[in-house]
Amino acid sequence: MTWNRIATQPWMLWRRQVAAILRLELKKSLFSKRAWWIYILTLGPVLITGAHSLMPGSGGHTLGDDNMIFAGIFQVYFLRLGIFFGCLGIFSNLFRAEVLERTLHYYFMSPVRREVLAVSKYLAGLMAAIVYFAGSVVLSFLFISAHWGPVFQQYLSHGPGLHQLGWYALTAALACVGYGSVFMLTGVLYRNPMIPAAVVMIWENLNPFLPSLLKKFSVIFYLKSLCPAGEMPTDGPLAFLATVTEPTPAWLAIPGLLIVSGLVLAYAAAKSRKLEVSYSE
Amino acid sequence: MSEPRIVFDNVSRFYGEVLGVNRVNLSIPAGVTSLVGPNGSGKTTLMNLMTGLIRPTRGAIKVLGIPPERPEELFRKTGYCTQFDAFPKGLTGYQFIYSFLLVHGMIASEAARLTEEALQRVSMTEAANRPVAAYSKGMRQRIKLAQAIAHRPTVLVLDEPLNGLDPMARAETIALFRQWGEEGRHVIVSSHILHEVDRISDQVILLSHGYVVAEGQIQGVRSEVKDQPMQILVRCDKPGLLASRLFEQDHVVEAKVSEDGRGLLVRTRDADSLYLLLNRIVLDNGLEVEAVAPADDDVNSVYQYLIGTEGGAT
Repeated sequence: MTWNRIATQPWMLWRRQVAAILRLELKKSLFSKRAWWIYILTLGPVLITGAHSLMPGSGGHTLGDDNMIFAGIFQVYFLRLGIFFGCLGIFSNLFRAEVLERTLHYYFMSPVRREVLAVSKYLAGLMAAIVYFAGSVVLSFLFISAHWGPVFQQYLSHGPGLHQLGWYALTAALACVGYGSVFMLTGVLYRNPMIPAAVVMIWENLNPFLPSLLKKFSVIFYLKSLCPAGEMPTDGPLAFLATVTEPTPAWLAIPGLLIVSGLVLAYAAAKSRKLEVSYSE
Repeated sequence: MSEPRIVFDNVSRFYGEVLGVNRVNLSIPAGVTSLVGPNGSGKTTLMNLMTGLIRPTRGAIKVLGIPPERPEELFRKTGYCTQFDAFPKGLTGYQFIYSFLLVHGMIASEAARLTEEALQRVSMTEAANRPVAAYSKGMRQRIKLAQAIAHRPTVLVLDEPLNGLDPMARAETIALFRQWGEEGRHVIVSSHILHEVDRISDQVILLSHGYVVAEGQIQGVRSEVKDQPMQILVRCDKPGLLASRLFEQDHVVEAKVSEDGRGLLVRTRDADSLYLLLNRIVLDNGLEVEAVAPADDDVNSVYQYLIGTEGGAT
């Protein structure tokens, strides 16, 4: 089938274009010198839990303690720091990095709808982010309790271990979906995405202290609802200000997060139609 | 049905408070059209506007009836070779062209065939499998050109396409532009090199400080410059006699015999009258005329008259 015939069938054309852009973008998103700090974010917990797995004996704690420690690492490190900043680096640079490298015009000079380009870039970023962070979560989960040997294997194969691992990986992937769409939008709207990123970070970290209604306008609220160990209690001097809200059930949290992310992505894609190539400014 | 054209309708573009181009009205027909003007005159801005890389602050543009805000339609028919000397990292010349043809939505075999064809057209087949990062400036220029023409566009926009090319490649590229123009495509070229513009162009657009100073076929533009007398070179056996007869006319401003004594350079305010008079003088005095040709209806002269030497055009 020739190009002219493909062009008369929009869905087939868009599918081909998405595949072609993904091929180009994945190379950049997965392997980039610019992303060295994202590799550190993903490898950090793997190395620490890996070192923990080499410790002989129980060290005076139980498998349950390791599970609780991992739940803390997941909620405090992965959700609030690693995935948040990793997605900031990956998604806000999908367009921005090409402006800095002066190569964005090659896409803009192709007969591709800007919306298709934006969605393709988002998918490439999402694939990379999930490989990094869901991979890091899975390895960290396995390493933190690996020193329990057969007990841990039993916990995985016949206990709740595999189920928990699946939920952690899914929550990490959904975090990439949610934060990815937000930072894709800030990357499209702002030349310097750091200021909007700081605003998003403050909003996300204020979540425990927000009234129940406002809590629902954040990514972290839904993600915490999905964590297998439940929400970690808020510590510190401001703990008394925290409001307790009933966790959102998974059947509502997952589609809710996907819908909100889809809307944010659609807005970013529509805004990308207005992007101009002005490298010198 | 009217001939498809590239139309600028009262287009202005400002960069903040800085003027890019102002109140541009153009209707560009098929053939080779050169944008000429000093640095900062608005050539690249016009090209970026017609390809939708930037948006007009005011006015509207249509390229063969398609507004640049619809790249998915525009770039099926348009190729743009920009001045930006940057490429996606890690690609060979072949992969660079092939990958972006796939982005068009082409199937692999069609993309491969068009990639090879484009590489052949710019004589880059042998270097195709080397990384673009290892190319010389001239090779990078040619691979950009190949990428712009690979999908066989009917509108080609080329920003300083001869930059960095060696004389042989320049000659080949100019021949290519002429061929495309003769095939009925729209070829829009910006260049500083005026004698090359002369060889390429069917029409020119002269720009200065963001304004279109003149447009059209170069002879037509020249005849509109009334305040500068036309220069006509007459090669004949008796230039002195011819000069004395011509000086009797009011419209003849200057007549200068060439160093070899076989030519006369005449400056006149009325070229048509001069040509008529010349016929009579030749018949009356039995002059042997080898050639009569305008000496300043080229881009260089028109550029000097309208824009001057500012901006370093060569």
